[in-house]
Amino acid sequence: MSLDKTDIEKIAHLARLAIDDQAIPDYARDLNNIFNLVEQLNTVDTTDITPMAHPLDANQRLRPDVVTETNQRELFQAIAPKTEAGVYLVPQVIE
Amino acid sequence: MHTKTLSELSTSLHNGDISSVELTQHYLDRIQAHNGQLNAFITVCDDRALEQARTADQQLQQKTAGKLTGIPLAHKDIFCTQGIRTSCASKMLDNFISPYNATVVEKINAAGMVTLGKTNMDEFAMGSSNETSFYGPVKNPWDNDRVPGGSSGGSAAAVAANLAPIATGTDTGGSIRQPASLCNLTGLKPTYGRISRYGMIAFASSLDQAGPMARNAEDAALLLKEMSGFDPRDSTSVDRDVPDYAATLNDSIEGLKIGLPKEYFSEGLDPQVAAAIETAIKTYESLGAIIKDITLPNTSLAVPTYYVVAPAECSSNLSRMDGVRFGHRCDDPKDLLDLYQRSRGEGFGEEVKRRIMTGTYALSAGYYDAYYLKAQQCRRLISNDFQQAFNDVDVIMGPTAPTTAFKLGDKTDNPVAMYLADIYTISTNLAGLPGMSIPAGFVEGLPVGLQIIGNYFDESRLLNIAHKYQQATDWHQQSPKTFT
Repeated sequence: MSLDKTDIEKIAHLARLAIDDQAIPDYARDLNNIFNLVEQLNTVDTTDITPMAHPLDANQRLRPDVVTETNQRELFQAIAPKTEAGVYLVPQVIE
Repeated sequence: MHTKTLSELSTSLHNGDISSVELTQHYLDRIQAHNGQLNAFITVCDDRALEQARTADQQLQQKTAGKLTGIPLAHKDIFCTQGIRTSCASKMLDNFISPYNATVVEKINAAGMVTLGKTNMDEFAMGSSNETSFYGPVKNPWDNDRVPGGSSGGSAAAVAANLAPIATGTDTGGSIRQPASLCNLTGLKPTYGRISRYGMIAFASSLDQAGPMARNAEDAALLLKEMSGFDPRDSTSVDRDVPDYAATLNDSIEGLKIGLPKEYFSEGLDPQVAAAIETAIKTYESLGAIIKDITLPNTSLAVPTYYVVAPAECSSNLSRMDGVRFGHRCDDPKDLLDLYQRSRGEGFGEEVKRRIMTGTYALSAGYYDAYYLKAQQCRRLISNDFQQAFNDVDVIMGPTAPTTAFKLGDKTDNPVAMYLADIYTISTNLAGLPGMSIPAGFVEGLPVGLQIIGNYFDESRLLNIAHKYQQATDWHQQSPKTFT
């Protein structure tokens, strides 16, 4: 496989990462090297092998549906870049 | 004072030979004197540490103190510490003052230990040399031109240089064991689920585990006990009793069956490192262990499997860093997309971006089955190899890393070469098994680590096996000359 400039731009967009135009060839080279390494996996037959999602094959625990956390909005918003009247501010998204 | 074990320090504190304030000040002075050279700490907590030490001294006087009360330690800067900057060595979190404590930090505070500061690391724990830190690389105390290993490089350098008696680390693909090997420490990555991940900034959630980085197995046993245990706030935490790890350190290892995987002694392993490991194995033989050759046939799949699973999970975990709720935000965003893209583009370093890109691609529409699913299947094969081996042997041994500490800058231009530094440690994370690295000699003045891998929840046995070796050898007592 070989990722080109368009692929890298598409991946960067999906990842919401601004990357410099000059850096695109480096990303293409590095990602191609990484996925060439990963190609080795295709030499192995994994038919009927159950994917391993959890090392101990444990299931997600459930808990009673009751409130356990208290409201700490002021504490958490104290470290936010921009807030007003208890809400997080971002550039306008609705005209 | 700074070469004493935790037990010795505990005795001195309980006898009143020294106060926790004096001990803490002694370490703060050492950090002040040496951190400029090593860059092991990102944040030093002078005032808070002395405040914690005063509280510890009161408990010691009132005879309400526990075994570790008043003993200082350093936390890797990946653990959230309330009111203290928790940067994960990233520009993204350079301004992040955590509003809460990680469970590990809560437990260690409750044990009365004193937090000296937060140690340097690879950015978001992504690296094997500590060179990806926003705050600059850490120097190896054994040779300042060389890397301390990574990602817990700051914790390793701090303990190796006696700037802290012990430290916490985390291990996603070798990040406790490899720096322990390169800095002559005893480091343990427990079974997945043994220690809570709550408040430990996530890199790859199905692989991440915290653990102790110590100067000997006994110290590691004492801290591991405090760190371990069930936590309802971590959905993958395992509800299982925590043994008294220190109680079984002296058990006999007569008849212990040690497996040597041929794949861990093949091409790529430095011959002098191999010779040191073989000498260590002979020591175990003289202690009554039985050595068996074994095979882990899917070992070559570990690195490629890891470099799908870890970046995929990292790209998902790091999506929370969006410039909205905390962390770095770019100046004058023109719209929401620009806010996300520039905040993340500016906040993350090169290696982190490379892994986010790798993971994003592996998880993108049409590629999930080819990469992530395939890797999870290969992961099962790797895990099956270990279970097969544990039918015949009690533990597995081999080198922790293929070489001793490499030079700063040696591998920074070649990400794939850097990834191969973790070739012997990654498999245990993929399988979720506990693994340890202990000092096993020197090659040209640089430390060599012996890796010991056990079956699930076999931490007591690993520590016992490590301790018996440390009773018979003195490698672990060696310190770099300028820091003794």
